[in-house]
Amino acid sequence: MSVIEVSALRKSYGGRAAVDGVSFAVEEGEIFGILGPNGAGKTTTVECVEGLRVPDAGSVRVTGLDPVADHEQVARVLGAQLQESELQPKLTVREALELYAALYPHPADWRALAERLGLTAKLTTRFGRLSGGQKQRLFIGLALIGNPKVVVLDELTTGLDPRARRDTWELIEDVRAGGVTVLLVTHFMEEAQRLCDRIAVIDKGRVAALDTPAGLIRRSAGSTVISFTPSAPLDDRDLNALPALASIERRDGRITLSGTDETVNAVITLLARHHITAHQLRVSDATLDDAFLDLTKETAA
Amino acid sequence: MSTAVARTEVRLFRREPGALFWILLFPTLLLVILGSIPSFRDHQADLGGLRTIDVYVPVAVLLGMIVGGLQSMPQTLTGYRERGILRRMATTPVRPSTLLSAQMLVYGGAALASALLALVVGRLAFDVRLPKQPVGYVLALLLAVLAALALGAVVSALSRTTKIAGAIGSAFFFPSMFCAGVWLPTQAMPHLMARIVGYTPFGAAAQALNQAAAGHWPGWGHLGVLMMWILLLTGAASRWFRWE
Repeated sequence: MSVIEVSALRKSYGGRAAVDGVSFAVEEGEIFGILGPNGAGKTTTVECVEGLRVPDAGSVRVTGLDPVADHEQVARVLGAQLQESELQPKLTVREALELYAALYPHPADWRALAERLGLTAKLTTRFGRLSGGQKQRLFIGLALIGNPKVVVLDELTTGLDPRARRDTWELIEDVRAGGVTVLLVTHFMEEAQRLCDRIAVIDKGRVAALDTPAGLIRRSAGSTVISFTPSAPLDDRDLNALPALASIERRDGRITLSGTDETVNAVITLLARHHITAHQLRVSDATLDDAFLDLTKETAA
Repeated sequence: MSTAVARTEVRLFRREPGALFWILLFPTLLLVILGSIPSFRDHQADLGGLRTIDVYVPVAVLLGMIVGGLQSMPQTLTGYRERGILRRMATTPVRPSTLLSAQMLVYGGAALASALLALVVGRLAFDVRLPKQPVGYVLALLLAVLAALALGAVVSALSRTTKIAGAIGSAFFFPSMFCAGVWLPTQAMPHLMARIVGYTPFGAAAQALNQAAAGHWPGWGHLGVLMMWILLLTGAASRWFRWE
């Protein structure tokens, strides 16, 4: 059975559909990503999963339960970290952990949790005096304190410096290794590519694609990127005739092509035929970034 | 009602020196200052033979709940909504309304403690008699606290931000203090003014407390006015309150 099942979910605000027919299922033990541009409906979708919003249509099930009607049972198995939420500024880390532990029937040991999150030295520090990274670690702790089956993390690393972001990623991998299913909302491609087993790309309230990160990249038109500086000028007509070509970009004498492996072979043949040397030739797989732009562009058209 | 939530809110309240001073100490401090003026300890014919200090004890008793209910609580509650603390609590098995109840418990408790302090200091320092009708006094006091909390809840419901809560709170704060008799005790008000003030929550409370202090059962008219305000304000607050 899926841990989270969302089917044909719809939610409008003032006549404008924020979520317009979203469906996906999160399987036990996976890190499932929801990726999309700002305002795509990601947060509204997970707020329906958390039971904070009532869907207009469609259904949401968390371990088979309705997050609105069975709020208390769902809250016991689902831990949440919300976007832009805070705690009382004068509450210390220790008091916050103790307080939230007291709200659950079978809480985790908050001392061990604090240790794992690297917060032991900060136990007597007030929330208002924590750094951004420390606050986020505390929120991960509060999401985990009820011993949940699944955690929802919404834009966890927004506003963190690169070091804190990487630390947070390791922490999320740790959480999954501990058997907790993770639903991760993000707009960072690097984060989604590194952490997620599967990703639903949401754009304009709909699921534009749902696949593994590698599958999404493979699926997009320009999955391979070739760049080089030719020793002699190349004719645009020759380049445009390349098979499976997705895009051409010229900048400061350097040519960047995106396409498939077939395009790579054809470029090499073309260069050999014209006796042109390709300086600083680089062939790389496209990133999720490229795939994402490609996918969200398609739905815009 | 989760005891862990209540305990936390009590602890956080103790970390607010401003709220502690204005709710718990300021009313009694005012009483001490007034009591230090020799003529305020003389019996006055126009106060029915009472001394000024006698009529200011009920005023001091009401002052703590006006400060707590109208100034402090709306700021805290609106801040909790603004900062997403209510939403954070909504994702736990405990309802966010638990946090509201805990807040009311804290400010209600502080207002009662402040009232008790004013009564004790009045008795010990200025020989003001304790209420001669204690049951009626306690009843009027509890109703007044509930009315103050309900009014504060309406202010929280109407305010989107803590700044607005501060402004609306102050708009209600000064008229409430006037009706409670801070500038002119209700006994010294002209008859018509006293009657009008008697229809406001704190005016009714002040007059009920005065009657109980003098040994009479507080008039059901005053208690009825208080109860009507409690029902009306609670209804309005629960209708208009937004969790986010």
